[in-house]
Amino acid sequence: MAMTKEERTAKLRELEQKIASKKGIGALYGLVKGMSVTMRTMLKPAITTQYPHVKPDLPERTRGVIALKEENCTVCMLCSRECPDWCIYIDSHKDVMPPKTPGARARTRNVLDRFAIDYALCMYCGICVDVCPFDALFWSPHFEYSTDDLSTLTHEMDTLAKWMDFVPPPPPLEDGAEDPSQEGAAADSATPAAGTTEAAETQAPPAREERHDEEPPQIDQEAYDAAIAQGKPDREARALAKKAWILKRRKAQS
Amino acid sequence: MAVTELPTAGMLPGGPGEGVQVVIAGEELPTQEMTLSIGPQHPSTHGVLRVVLTLDGERIDTATPVIGYMHRAFDKLSEARDYRQIIALSNRHDWLSAFGNELGVALATERLMGIEVPERAQWIRMLMAEWNRVLNHLMFLGSFGLELGAMTPMFYAFREREDIQTLMEMATGARMHFTYCRVGGLKEDLPKGFLQYSEVLVKRIRHRLLDYEGLLLGNEIFKKRTVGIGVLPGEVAKSYGVTGPILHASGVAEDSRKTEPYLKYSEVDFDVPVGNHGDSFDRFNVLFHRIEQSLKIIEQVHAKLPAGPIMPGKMPKYLKPPEGWTYVRTENSLGETGYYLVSRGDTKPWRLKMRTPSFHNVSMIPYLLKGVLLPDLIAVLGSVFFVVGDVDR
Amino acid sequence: MIFYHFFSNPWAVFALKLAAVFIFFLTAPLFLGYVEHKGLAHMQSRLGPMEAGKFHGWAQLIADGVKFIQKEDIVPDAADRRIFMLAPMIVIIPVSLVFLVIPFGPAAVSCHAPAGAGACGFWGENFDVGIFFVLAISAISVIGMLMAGWASANKFSLIGAIRGAAQLIAYELPLVLAASAVAMQAGTLSLVGIGDAQKAYWFVFPQIARFIIFVIASLAELSRPPFDMPIADSEIIFGHMTEYTGIRFGLFLLSEYAGIVSLSAIAVVLYLGAWHGFFVPWIPGPIWTLAKIGALSFLVIWLRATYPRLREDQLQKMAWKYLIPIALVNILLTMIFKVVF
Repeated sequence: MAMTKEERTAKLRELEQKIASKKGIGALYGLVKGMSVTMRTMLKPAITTQYPHVKPDLPERTRGVIALKEENCTVCMLCSRECPDWCIYIDSHKDVMPPKTPGARARTRNVLDRFAIDYALCMYCGICVDVCPFDALFWSPHFEYSTDDLSTLTHEMDTLAKWMDFVPPPPPLEDGAEDPSQEGAAADSATPAAGTTEAAETQAPPAREERHDEEPPQIDQEAYDAAIAQGKPDREARALAKKAWILKRRKAQS
Repeated sequence: MAVTELPTAGMLPGGPGEGVQVVIAGEELPTQEMTLSIGPQHPSTHGVLRVVLTLDGERIDTATPVIGYMHRAFDKLSEARDYRQIIALSNRHDWLSAFGNELGVALATERLMGIEVPERAQWIRMLMAEWNRVLNHLMFLGSFGLELGAMTPMFYAFREREDIQTLMEMATGARMHFTYCRVGGLKEDLPKGFLQYSEVLVKRIRHRLLDYEGLLLGNEIFKKRTVGIGVLPGEVAKSYGVTGPILHASGVAEDSRKTEPYLKYSEVDFDVPVGNHGDSFDRFNVLFHRIEQSLKIIEQVHAKLPAGPIMPGKMPKYLKPPEGWTYVRTENSLGETGYYLVSRGDTKPWRLKMRTPSFHNVSMIPYLLKGVLLPDLIAVLGSVFFVVGDVDR
Repeated sequence: MIFYHFFSNPWAVFALKLAAVFIFFLTAPLFLGYVEHKGLAHMQSRLGPMEAGKFHGWAQLIADGVKFIQKEDIVPDAADRRIFMLAPMIVIIPVSLVFLVIPFGPAAVSCHAPAGAGACGFWGENFDVGIFFVLAISAISVIGMLMAGWASANKFSLIGAIRGAAQLIAYELPLVLAASAVAMQAGTLSLVGIGDAQKAYWFVFPQIARFIIFVIASLAELSRPPFDMPIADSEIIFGHMTEYTGIRFGLFLLSEYAGIVSLSAIAVVLYLGAWHGFFVPWIPGPIWTLAKIGALSFLVIWLRATYPRLREDQLQKMAWKYLIPIALVNILLTMIFKVVF
């Protein structure tokens, strides 16, 4: 009697339903069946994970905490404005930069003074991460920051910067998906989080004062040529080249 | 009401004194009604619903649901938030079917703006909506058992829910409030391994549903407690505006996935399980079989998921639907959720009125509870599936 | 011989027995509670307590007990104060007295008691009317339940207490009928005598029906699932215990678990051959008794994990329509059996 497993189960099910539909025996059978379900479960290992002893293995996209990559922030305030419950606090001031070439007009730039997220109010919707046009905010699956003091749930800039260490690279996408990083943006530091974790591991972000002294980025000729060769428009190629130059300098500094 | 005035003939089947004439010796023995307030903090109302009962012994004379303990002014708040924020907020009114809610808002906005959603996004949305439906139904399968005194199904339900939540977390990053829909499509595409895990889960849950069958559906005590309790005729259900599994249990197969298909529901094959009697057991049974149908849809999505983008190529920078209104009805987990959206060309809706299934389901309580026993209150309340956040909004 | 003198002093023996019974009364429910925690958890695919006492949470119930003692003992304003405070004692004392007469083993071979051989063994006291004493005294608890329900001045408590009383009236009858059939078969009312009479065969085998009746009726009397309507937590919060806190609530819980142990013990003595074992006769009698009590108690826990709760009127119907007639027929059969053979 060659019977596949499915056939056997189907046959058993049929028999079972026949028994269960009988009046007296069926009731008894139902009661015994229930007992067998609990007993079977008892003999199997429990599914509980012993949380503080065993850490959960969370997916990369888990929305645990928001990390701030401070040097990417341009104080555009989009996140703060888009937040449905206004839990992002941003303070900034305008800095007057000395002109690049003598005689030119002095430039101003926004300097971030305070960036804080009140996790007591945050509802973890991720809109701020979504709207950030400069990739300054990232989700991290890290979640163990509960406290017994409500006020400490407001994470200031240094804490938020610390969470950058916990940002994993984004997961690869399912077959048939269009990878957003392939279109438009360049390949070098295309996946922002991947680059940032690397950066966070290898080097501490430069302090704010330091950054102001840096010379403005120049165009990296190699990267520019490569981008033009790829058929990118001039404006995009220049942007990419600048990015490449900055990365190179950073590497040199470290 | 004195005990003698109680209807003894034509009483609801399964009640006490079935065919037994209750005779009280001596009219001079006075009886008094008792007012019992169930809730707002009561284990069986899962949430903060309050039901004020007048009892005659253990028989319920009148039942008045008192709602509003969880009113969070969702409708009004929507007028002060833009469309992206509303999607995040809509997760929260019915926390057990978060994806279904955000889907409704997204569909309404898209319809008003005339945005064509890419194919792949529609299929993924459907996949997520069905998984969310399974999540929701498992919760009610478990809690119904718990309310009737069988606590084990609840833990089994949470065992399954845990798996599905992990799956949802892989794609959306959240376990309850997904915020995965965007007007026009989706936030991100599925991560690698999602579909594989999803296929594994379909098999696993189908297998584990047998446990519920063994513990509850086939159990004589469970049948004794639910068969013939809280009978809701189809006509009455329709007149109260009840939708979803409760309406289906009363024999009316009205499901907007069938009658007015949105997303790709017209391209998948599934049934709407219907009950015969409209009692508590039927409602539970329908819920159980809806899970099976959802799993069937999910399997079809696995097979048919097309490749492509998940957001339309060109999206406006600001979401400003043109002046006008629209009404979108979706078959959410607990029934029909409708969004009536009025726009005056602003970044915020001028008015967003919701039609939530739980509110209409709760409105059935006085009808269903009349004349039943106090223990059956639980069997009825547990089978009138509602989420208090969805009632009060 | 001081030892001999000590045991020949009836008061000293009495004190010793009391101490032994009391210790058993305190430890057995704790152990059962732990088994329930863990067994229930594993049936639900959980682990149960794991932290207290480091090893699989063995000290969880001790920690719970300490917590109960520490907590504030709240008496509601509207409550009938004295009765409210007295009720837990009324519930717990009868349960503890049951253990006094449960025989755990055979009579000792050599006995120095004044009454002579056969008068001492693994039991507290060998009453001639042991079975009567046990059944009578275990029914007293319901008075405590009614007192608690009434004195709490809470509608949920009252409903729970009334349900409990109704349940007890309905189920005491099948319980007594099932037990009296055993007494008839053994020809004695003494529990030790009934235990002895099962040397040849266990009383469960001739008529399994009355054993089932006894178990069902005990479950109902203990208000354990599927008959836990008096404390149905999803309907009437916690029945008569709703308003209790701290150690008084702890006493109620202790009495519930002690009740499971005591009724399991009675069932073991009446039906499952008391201390008589099988296959491995070298295992001493008391261990057999304890093992059987454990197995029966586990069944109670198992039922709790599996079944939903019946409704009060269904429970009454079951008692009056099925259990009592079956028990009466059973008594009739036992009588015929006795007369013919």
